[in-house]
This record gives sequence, structure tokens and C-alpha cells, in this order.
Amino acid sequence: MMRVMLQPHRIVMLMIALALVVWIVLAGNWSWLPKYAPMIGQGIWRTVWLLVLSLVIGFALAVPLGLAQASGPWYLARPAQAFCTVIRGTPLLLQIWLLYFGLGALFPSIPWIRESDLWPLLRQAWPYALVALSLSFAGYEGEVMRGAFASVPRGQLEAARAMGMPRRKILSRISFPLALRSVLPTLGGETVLQLKATPLVATITVVEIYAVTSRVRQDTLIIYEPLFLLAAVYLVLAGIIVALFRWFEGRQPRRQP
Amino acid sequence: MKKIAIAAALALGLTGMAQAETVRVGMAPEPYPPFASVDASGNWTGWEIEIMEAVCKASELECVITPIAWDGLIPALTAGQIDAIMNSMSINEERQKVIDFSNKYYNTPSVIVAAKDAGITPDAEGLSGKILGVQVSTIHQAYVEKHFGSTVAEVKAYQTQDEANQDLVAGRIDAIQADSTALDAFLASAEGQACCASMGAVANDPAVLGLGVGVGLRKGDDKLKEAFNTGIEAIRADGTYDAITAKYFASSIYGE
Repeated sequence: MMRVMLQPHRIVMLMIALALVVWIVLAGNWSWLPKYAPMIGQGIWRTVWLLVLSLVIGFALAVPLGLAQASGPWYLARPAQAFCTVIRGTPLLLQIWLLYFGLGALFPSIPWIRESDLWPLLRQAWPYALVALSLSFAGYEGEVMRGAFASVPRGQLEAARAMGMPRRKILSRISFPLALRSVLPTLGGETVLQLKATPLVATITVVEIYAVTSRVRQDTLIIYEPLFLLAAVYLVLAGIIVALFRWFEGRQPRRQP
Repeated sequence: MKKIAIAAALALGLTGMAQAETVRVGMAPEPYPPFASVDASGNWTGWEIEIMEAVCKASELECVITPIAWDGLIPALTAGQIDAIMNSMSINEERQKVIDFSNKYYNTPSVIVAAKDAGITPDAEGLSGKILGVQVSTIHQAYVEKHFGSTVAEVKAYQTQDEANQDLVAGRIDAIQADSTALDAFLASAEGQACCASMGAVANDPAVLGLGVGVGLRKGDDKLKEAFNTGIEAIRADGTYDAITAKYFASSIYGE
């Protein structure tokens, strides 16, 4: 491994890449960093919790969506299929705007909504962002989980049934673990994609890391340095996600040949 | 005579003068009526478009509109993708560090608009505890942060004025601050009439609100600056400016 890495042309490429990074750090104008550091921290935090919550909610929805499509009765399978098709067939930006500005346009015609207990929540932007991101993830993963549930070997299920296992236990002991194991690599990739979908919520006034760097660019009129920082933040976050999934995959029992 | 003209044209062409006469003017395609908007058939219309055409005609420039998003205008200018910005961009110190401006071609007050029964006054006390919406990287945002930043509950920054207006109608924000003429157009719309009214102009602060709106130009592009200045002066003097203004506004917007 090491020997493959250290071939002369690779070393040259590595040095060039390293020199580029050093040059960006040394030659760039970073005077704005201390002033905006708290905002940047807040932005990263907001990106992370939006991502994590939307992953959890989205996946929680994706499992029943996949199950309904793979083995549910038609009156569950069809709506689940329709949901996944609509979500996967339309841009996420459109979904976010329809939720935020579309619902917002209805508010003036329902005056009592401003007196209701939900108003403090409906008034803010992040609930719409979270709902849109979660639904989007649910749509994509619902389709992935459909394939995963459909690919659980029939023999395993028949054996479980022959042993007299109840349906719930078959799901929790056989189908779900097997399906999850087969989708883990896909899920890692989709999580990184979901991370990179989060900047879209900046368009509805949610101030996450992308919005913070746009703000820095607009305030200081410094163009590239904030973008480099933004790229670095997303690279690090994506790296953490990849590492987490690799660790999780490593813990799964190996399939016997 | 013909030969001289051809020779002159060639000389001009060789020194790059022929190219310099075409001025690429950056405009954001986001609608900002009645100043500049793109109509259904893709044509640019509005006060600023007519003023631009009149100024360019007066100073013999061939101006072409280049659509660029609002927050990309200054980067595009400094990077040389456009030669001028004529998009209601106010002259202020922050921007002057990066680009140059011609003399102002208009200067309107900054006003607060809120729900009719909101009972808001356009000062720090009247806005305390309220959620205020502004368009991002405008002088109004800078003003709000300087004068109201410590008393308002939250300042929300929007990419376009339209989005801030929509959230005011939806009730998500309590008030918006923007240029009087831009908000007049919103208040005249059916949506605006139903919900909102002007709460008056905020106290003037030239350090933030600036010296009016000028043509944004690359630093050192003094020839183009001179051309725009003479053009603006010419249409002010011969009545073209007032004739165009009368088509769009009830009163003069040049300021004192």
C-alpha cells in the first residue's frame, strides 16, 4: 500500500496539492475570520443538526415506505410508490419553496393561525427546512429500502415462518437486519448527498454554514477565501460521515462465502 | 474623405477603441419595479432602464444589459465580466473600497412598512422586540444592524425584496425596511394593499444610507466614469430625466 502511494509521480502530485493548500492559506485574506468565528460556529452547528435530524426522521419514514412497497397490500404500496416518485422526480429546491412560501401564502386567509399555539413554530424558517429535507431523504431512501427488503433471500423468510416466528419478529430479526446490512454502503453515499443538499435551505432564511459564508462575502466583498473555507467545512463533514459508515460497516458480521 | 474614415476606423480598431465603446451594464434579473424588471416577453422595462438608455445615448456609449444576480454584481465587475452596474446600487464607503461610482442619479428615503394595525414607528423604540426583514447586502440591512440591531428581536436577510414582502404578507416578519419607491410598488399591489402600510421614513444617516444611487464602475476606469457623469448631467439639463421620472413617479426622486 505504502509503496504504491510513494511512486515518484504520486509524490509530485501530492506536493502540488499540498502547495496549493498552503498557498491558499498563506496568500488569502483571512482577516475576517475572528470577527465571524462565532457565526461560523453557529452555522456549522445548524448544518449538522439539520442533517442529523433530517436523516433520523427521513430514515424512520423510509423503512415503512420501503416495506409497504416491497411486501405491503396495494392500498399501502401504491401511495408509498407515488410519494417516492413525486419526491424523487422534483427538485428539492422547489419542494422547499413550495413548503415555505406556498404555505406562507395561505396564512393571510386563515387569520386564527396567528393566535394558535403552533404560530411561534410556523413563523420560523427551520421547521419548513427540516420537513422538506426529511421528506426528501425519506423519498430516496424509501426506494432504496424497497429494493433492500425485496432482496432478502426468500429461504430465510420461509425458514423463519416454518419455525413459527411471528411477523413482527421476522421483521426485527430477519428482514430488517439483512436489508440494513445490504444498504449500508448506499446509505453512506446518500448521507453525503444529503449533507450537500442542506445549503438549499439558506434560500428560506435558515442561516446555516452556507448562508454564513454568503454573508461574509456580501459584508466584506472578499470572494474566494470564504468559499475555500466553505469547501473545507463540507469536506471535513463528508469525511466524518464516510469514516462513521466505514466503522459501522466494519462492525457488521461478514457474509459467509 | 472615405479613406480617412476607413483609416480612422482601422486605427480605432487596432487600439481597441471600438471595443471600449460597448459597455456591458450589469443588472440583476430579480424584479425591482418600477426601476428594473423583465416583462413576460423577456424585455427589460422600468425607470432605470430608460435612464440608462438616455444616459448612454447622451454620452454616445453603446450599452448592453448583462443579467447577473444581485450578490454577484460587484464580483463580476471587479473580474471584468461587466463594465458598469446600474441596478439601484447605493454609493457607500464599504463599496467604495472595492469599486468606483459615478455621480448619483437618484436618492430616495428608506422606509419601514408593516401590517396596517401594527402601530410601529420607524425608530429603535417602535421596532423593539419585532422581527425585521431586509434584502441582503443592501444599505437598509446595514442601517437596520447599526440602529435597530440591539433592540429588534431578529433581523432576517432575504435574497430578494420579493421574498421579504411575501414573508411580511404571511406574517412571519413584523416589518420590512427598504427603499421608498420600491415599497410603494409593493403597497400598490393587491397583496400589499390588503395587509400593509408605510410607517414612515427612518432618520437619515448618510454614513450608512449613502450618497444616493450611482453607476458602479471598476476602480481606475475614469474615462467611463467621466462619460456617465456627463451623460447624467446632460439628461438632467435637457429635461429628459424629468420626463422619464414623470412616467413612473408622482414626484422627483433625484433628492436635494
